[in-house]
Amino acid sequence: MIRFEKVSVTYDGAAEPVVRDIDFEVPEGELVLLVGPSGVGKSTVLGAVSGLVPHFTGGTLRGRVTVAGRDTRAHKPRELADVVGTVGQDPLSHFVTDTVEDELAYGMESLGLSPEVMRRRVEETLDLLGLAGLRDRPIATLSGGQQQRVAIGSVLTPHPRVLVLDEPTSALDPAAAEEVLAVLQRLVHDLGTTVLLAEHRLERVVHYADRVVLLPAPGARPVLGTPAEVMAVSPVYPPVVDLGRLAGWSPLPLTVRDARRRAGALREQLAEAPPAARETGSVRHLVNPGPAAVSAPRRFLRRRTPAPVAEEAGTPATPLPAAVVESLGVRRGRVEALRHVDLTVGPGETVALMGRNGAGKSTLLAALVGLVEPARGRVRVGGAVPHRTAPRDLVRRVGLVPQEPRDLLYADTVAAECAAADRDAGAAPGSCRALVSELLPGVADDTHPRDLSEGQRLALALAVVLTARPPLLLLDEPTRGLDYAAKARLVAVLRGLAADGHALVLATHDVELAADLAHRVVILADGEVVADGATAEVVVASPSYAPQVAKVLAPQRWLTVAQVREALS
Amino acid sequence: MAGTPPQGLTVASRPGRGRPAVHPGAWWLWALGLATAATRTTNPLLLALLVAVSAYVVAARRTSAPWSRSYSAFARMGLAVLAIRLLFAVVLGSPIPGTHTVVTLPEVPLPHWAQGIRLGGRVTAESLVFALYDGLRLATLLVCVGAANALANPARLLKALPGALYEAGVAVVVALTFAPHLVADVRRLRAARRLRGRPDRGLRGLLQVGLPVLEGALERSVALAAAMDARGFGRTAAVPPAVRRTTTALTLGGLLGVCAGTYGLLTAEGTAYGLPVLLAGLTAALAGLRLGGRRSPRTRYRPDVWGARAWLVAGSGIAAAVIPAVCAAYDPAALHPGVVPLTAPTLPLLPAAAVLLGLLPAFVTPAPEEAA
Repeated sequence: MIRFEKVSVTYDGAAEPVVRDIDFEVPEGELVLLVGPSGVGKSTVLGAVSGLVPHFTGGTLRGRVTVAGRDTRAHKPRELADVVGTVGQDPLSHFVTDTVEDELAYGMESLGLSPEVMRRRVEETLDLLGLAGLRDRPIATLSGGQQQRVAIGSVLTPHPRVLVLDEPTSALDPAAAEEVLAVLQRLVHDLGTTVLLAEHRLERVVHYADRVVLLPAPGARPVLGTPAEVMAVSPVYPPVVDLGRLAGWSPLPLTVRDARRRAGALREQLAEAPPAARETGSVRHLVNPGPAAVSAPRRFLRRRTPAPVAEEAGTPATPLPAAVVESLGVRRGRVEALRHVDLTVGPGETVALMGRNGAGKSTLLAALVGLVEPARGRVRVGGAVPHRTAPRDLVRRVGLVPQEPRDLLYADTVAAECAAADRDAGAAPGSCRALVSELLPGVADDTHPRDLSEGQRLALALAVVLTARPPLLLLDEPTRGLDYAAKARLVAVLRGLAADGHALVLATHDVELAADLAHRVVILADGEVVADGATAEVVVASPSYAPQVAKVLAPQRWLTVAQVREALS
Repeated sequence: MAGTPPQGLTVASRPGRGRPAVHPGAWWLWALGLATAATRTTNPLLLALLVAVSAYVVAARRTSAPWSRSYSAFARMGLAVLAIRLLFAVVLGSPIPGTHTVVTLPEVPLPHWAQGIRLGGRVTAESLVFALYDGLRLATLLVCVGAANALANPARLLKALPGALYEAGVAVVVALTFAPHLVADVRRLRAARRLRGRPDRGLRGLLQVGLPVLEGALERSVALAAAMDARGFGRTAAVPPAVRRTTTALTLGGLLGVCAGTYGLLTAEGTAYGLPVLLAGLTAALAGLRLGGRRSPRTRYRPDVWGARAWLVAGSGIAAAVIPAVCAAYDPAALHPGVVPLTAPTLPLLPAAAVLLGLLPAFVTPAPEEAA
């Protein structure tokens, strides 16, 4: 259905081709997963299928790409629109109209289908994707998962034979991601659609794939095979594969179910070394593992002294909490974004905020840095009221790395950004640059922040925020778009910060990240805290928030492969 | 093109939030009718009645879609216009002669070359009332346009454009949706300044986020263009060269005719040939557009139907515009209450009744569904 013949793509001004000698074929009706670390050209390969590369992006494409027998050199994207449907990373930039029903019809209108056919297909697609209840809704009012489904639906209505998706689940909470993947599964099984998709979060998709195309490194030849074969050699792999490699299982399990069937021996072996040592570092004296952890924050709440804290409050010896939120209520327009939220974060403690898209995670972070004003209740960060504190003071108490780290960066070069950060924070010149060198070794002073990869940009934003040495650090969705290697580096950096006594609060959909880092998990739903406790407590019991290792080894409380590895050695 | 055959009445007549029960063009005609009525009068009672009518209909019939909030924005803009108009009358004085002095401001002496301009000085009740009437008229005009914006989705109006103009129309709609995105971007980036420890208020903050905001806007438009291209925007159908040439000739000739005709109508000596040339030009241009539509293979999904309700809505607006204009011919004083000497405005019955006709849409159109 899709055929790449010795394809190399070189963008204008680049010395080296982004992808070289890509040569593979996707048969009709298969779901093929494209994997690889960041920057190996996955998006370029996807773009070449829809013809956007090179017709829209510029650059030179050598070799030949044919889709359903049509050569993309001779056909512009608009002339391939009836065979290829493309959904990019950000569904919002994909929408042309403003209501769900019109969006579903847009592609068909462009192709000139008759009104009767359009009407029938819109109704069918609304049912297929479970959107019937949303047909008249303005797209801007939908949640992330709903928007992603509308985006998929909008390219499905012209009945394309090929569907190309770039990171369809990255921005979604676990439940919404499953919803989208179930839809793809259904398309492949029921309609025989060919699907090619790229995704970093392999734990979510790898078991749906019929075949996997691996791009191991920039410019390297792709490796093709069944998911189990490719995962055995891939530099990127989900935790369940990591566990399988560790335990020496062959063939490698790809699903939790496969792994559980084989894990009997491993569970017995691990039963002797229970994972109680999970609560690590300086936080052990604050939060006991086990049920007592839930009540720990309450105790702080009562003992809290009202006196403002000195700026050096971040040391673990100080028993004062880094942040206290008491029955906080926040309204956004007519919506109550938060209701009666209580939260205390101690120094050195890492808290993961989880919950659906739109549950109020980002709003809570915004309240902690004073971006939104509480309608009810109170927020104290290091003794100060965030929304009444001048920004210059506030940066020394709390730092937030926003969902889009680029929002924090204004300058043209890394060096200028660092100099500005030193000035903003009142830090000694060179402090920020030293942090950058630590977090991002090998980045030149004159690099433009725009040219950095997602992970590098996040590290730069983190360095900028850390320049003011805030005792409380907040991160909003920090692993979006990061590959496993970048994520592992981020985890190491954040662990180091927590060990130094920084309190961390992460809002994330990434259950593996929460399992890796967090001492405590707080689950929000509809603006209310519905669970607050030690990570193992909260996460193991929940089907959608449990990491893969926990699911495989339940009822034992292991969260990460690293813990298991440590216990075995 | 015949409308989409409705599949069962329940679907066709259901007043969904995205599927308006009334053609958006009808709402625009209604609102423009009210606006026209507003331009013909300075009677504050009539103007207030116009505002009340539009507000009632908007309150009763607007949906919960984002564009529906524009009414209050336009209302605020109207108030601002009124305030500025009054401020000017107070500070700069007004040519209206008057005897009732309200207050005397200190007058700033100006050099002789600025003769005719006055700063400060006597403020008379007459000049204030005149400015109030004048400002109120402008504000009412704005409020009426706001009502059209709140009741009719601009994107749906686009669907009524002829095929040949569709692509230009898309550009306009994309530009319209651009502004809200830009505002959201500015908010986000100003918030981010706070995270860097810089003041997030003030003009400087706004200026410094300018470049990143424009960058983001540009990136978004490129992404949108790519998405539209990949979804078949701009596909063209093969058209025989003869048709293409005819289209060009008709459109160009038609536009020239329209220009010449308008010129003729406006000049003294051209009145004889003006109207026919204008009409011929219009016909040719419309034929050109119609023929040009053949190049575009686009079809329309559930186009809005101009039904009985649309006639009633549009008709009530037109009546509200025409009847007061006719009345004005008989009794101009009623629509323009005297300022010098000051008289209390009275409500002329017939024009007021015509304006009240504008309430009709609130009763003949179905109520929008409540937000789910």
